[in-house]
Amino acid sequence: MPVISLIVLPSLAGLSAFVIRNDRLRRLLLVLTAFGHLSLSFLAVFDRPVAVPGEGWFALDPLGALFLLITSTLFAAVSVYAVGYLEREEPGERQDFVSSFLFVNAPEAVFTGCLLLFLATMSMVTLSQHMGLLWVAVEATTLTSAPLIYFHRHHRSLEATWKYLLICSVGIAIALLGVFFLAVAASNQEIPLTMSGLAEHAQGLDPLWLKAAFIFLVVGYGTKMGLAPLNTWLPDAHSESPSLVSALLSGALLNCAFLGILRIFQVTSAARIEPFGQDILVVFGLVSMGVAAIFILGQVNYKRMLAYSSVEHMGILSLGVGLGGAGAFGAMLHAVNHSITKAMLFMVAGNILTAYRTKSTLNVKGVLGAAPVSGVLWIGGLFAITGSPPFGTFMSELSILKAAMDQGNWIVTFFYLAFLAVIFMAMTSIGIKMAFGVSEDGDREPAVEPWLSTLPCMVLGVIVLFLGLYVPAGLATLIDQAIRGLGFP
Amino acid sequence: MANLIDTVMILLILTNFALLGSSLLGMCINIAAFQGILIGVLPFLTGSGPVLAETAAMAIGTMALKGFVFPWLMFRAIRDTNVKREMEPFVGYSTSLMFGVAALVGSLWLAGHLVLPAGARGLTGASLIMPASFFTIMAGLFLIIARKKAITQVLGYLVMENGIYVFGASIVMERPWLVELGVLLDVFVAVFTMGIVIFYINREFDSIDASRLAHLRDWRRTRGASSTGV
Repeated sequence: MPVISLIVLPSLAGLSAFVIRNDRLRRLLLVLTAFGHLSLSFLAVFDRPVAVPGEGWFALDPLGALFLLITSTLFAAVSVYAVGYLEREEPGERQDFVSSFLFVNAPEAVFTGCLLLFLATMSMVTLSQHMGLLWVAVEATTLTSAPLIYFHRHHRSLEATWKYLLICSVGIAIALLGVFFLAVAASNQEIPLTMSGLAEHAQGLDPLWLKAAFIFLVVGYGTKMGLAPLNTWLPDAHSESPSLVSALLSGALLNCAFLGILRIFQVTSAARIEPFGQDILVVFGLVSMGVAAIFILGQVNYKRMLAYSSVEHMGILSLGVGLGGAGAFGAMLHAVNHSITKAMLFMVAGNILTAYRTKSTLNVKGVLGAAPVSGVLWIGGLFAITGSPPFGTFMSELSILKAAMDQGNWIVTFFYLAFLAVIFMAMTSIGIKMAFGVSEDGDREPAVEPWLSTLPCMVLGVIVLFLGLYVPAGLATLIDQAIRGLGFP
Repeated sequence: MANLIDTVMILLILTNFALLGSSLLGMCINIAAFQGILIGVLPFLTGSGPVLAETAAMAIGTMALKGFVFPWLMFRAIRDTNVKREMEPFVGYSTSLMFGVAALVGSLWLAGHLVLPAGARGLTGASLIMPASFFTIMAGLFLIIARKKAITQVLGYLVMENGIYVFGASIVMERPWLVELGVLLDVFVAVFTMGIVIFYINREFDSIDASRLAHLRDWRRTRGASSTGV
């Protein structure tokens, strides 16, 4: 089975979603495509040896396979959640709960269609083996995700979409310049810009231009990944889009941008100038963690809090790869753990939003009483995302810490631990205040929690708990191969 | 040929200064259109030997898009939204021109330090390509940051994209399809311009002042819990 089917399937489904008139049929198509994509991904990754990178422009190598599995798993969970969400969003004019003006939603057909096309473009990012094609795929993710953020048609979501498009497209333009620089670096021997071609002829690349290409690609894709100080679009887009879209943006899209950075890192390490790239990644990583810590302290909007937590975790990923060795293993494992936990938290936040109709942390009290399932998942998820044992995030953050300490890099160790501690205290104290206490409305009836909105969160929660206790052999092998692809032994 | 290319580059640098110093939106759009035609000519000048059909198509397409289609869209947008000039930019016009001078010096310095590898030097002996393209990119970025009106920000994006195109069309011409990818950036320009019109149609804004798009932010606790976290 050719890997290209992973792109074709959601594309066709997405295009047909635009024309299907029946809501139930369209929702069924969404879920079927999501699970079809998930099974195809597992087949493609585990059914045949993946260690051999392909020659073509589309191929599945271990690094891409890891990110493909994350994307596909999240999308499957989100698609189930989406059915419940779309049922609750009645068509017609609705009142905004912040400033009580009326607004309408985008047509559901457009939303579902863009959701599926978004999956297609993200799969394309993970399968691209050519730097130019990868750039096209990353740009396409921006275009397909913008209508998703503008689902609720009012001025706040419009503002968020405008910022997202403008800032990310500047980033994309800078990344294109980076691709041009890479082409200049490769011009001496007419080296093809495919991953295999670049790896083979890495010694023939002009080091000066390769470094310039690395900087521009890190800044360009880093904008999309949300590395500070390029993260300004991120909290707005995440807080204004529907929760299931936030889950995908945070759990899948940011990873895809990270994959773009890893691809150029692969080239630098094949050309033996990786220490240069590693230093840059360490600095970006620590700055992102620091900025996130500052903004999480005193945050009064719980969706923005989760968004800044994503900035923090992107920083951790960048730091892990920057440290190399065990740190890179930790970073790859952390990408899996973070995506699953964060997607779950955003979906739970959506449930809390439905029950309380406010995003303010100060007005939400007593979730455990008002929506017991979501309350438990919220507390559990917040402990997971801040890296508490026994969750998977604890293991991955620990191995990055170990890498920093093994290298005797005490400055990095100190800041890493300090930022993690601050964020842990800030997020858990906000979470606990929300979960316990008595709601201001007094005797709030327990909200109805449909299984469509709780089950996907529960499944993801169980996965991240499981990953903390045991990393399956298949996943460990895949990560090992992936970091070998990055040039770490 | 090299002389001709350098002439084009000098014109490019001058258009950037004109953009940095002008407050009339109509004038800015016209200058950007001229810039689009100017850079559209480049592929004819940089290629060696007879002009390939592919190169010609790319050049003509670029000129049509950047020289005519986008200016037309933008003129329509400012007509629909009824704005004439950028009244209160974040950075004033004389300061913008000073930035322009500094950016030009910076670009010359940067281009002097980035030595092209032999394979990319090609036939163009023109010395101003790299500094001019870097300067155009910086000018575009500056316009995005320093101007308030959404339409001027889009204009800045277009200018920045022009700079990237100049670099691509003159230096990475061995891989023409890579340069053609830049066309995909134009999709954003089209989306932005349409977006501005949508703002207006929705009438959710009194103006298309992008600084009014500033409701989403952190730390607004002072006005009580109800206004926070918006």
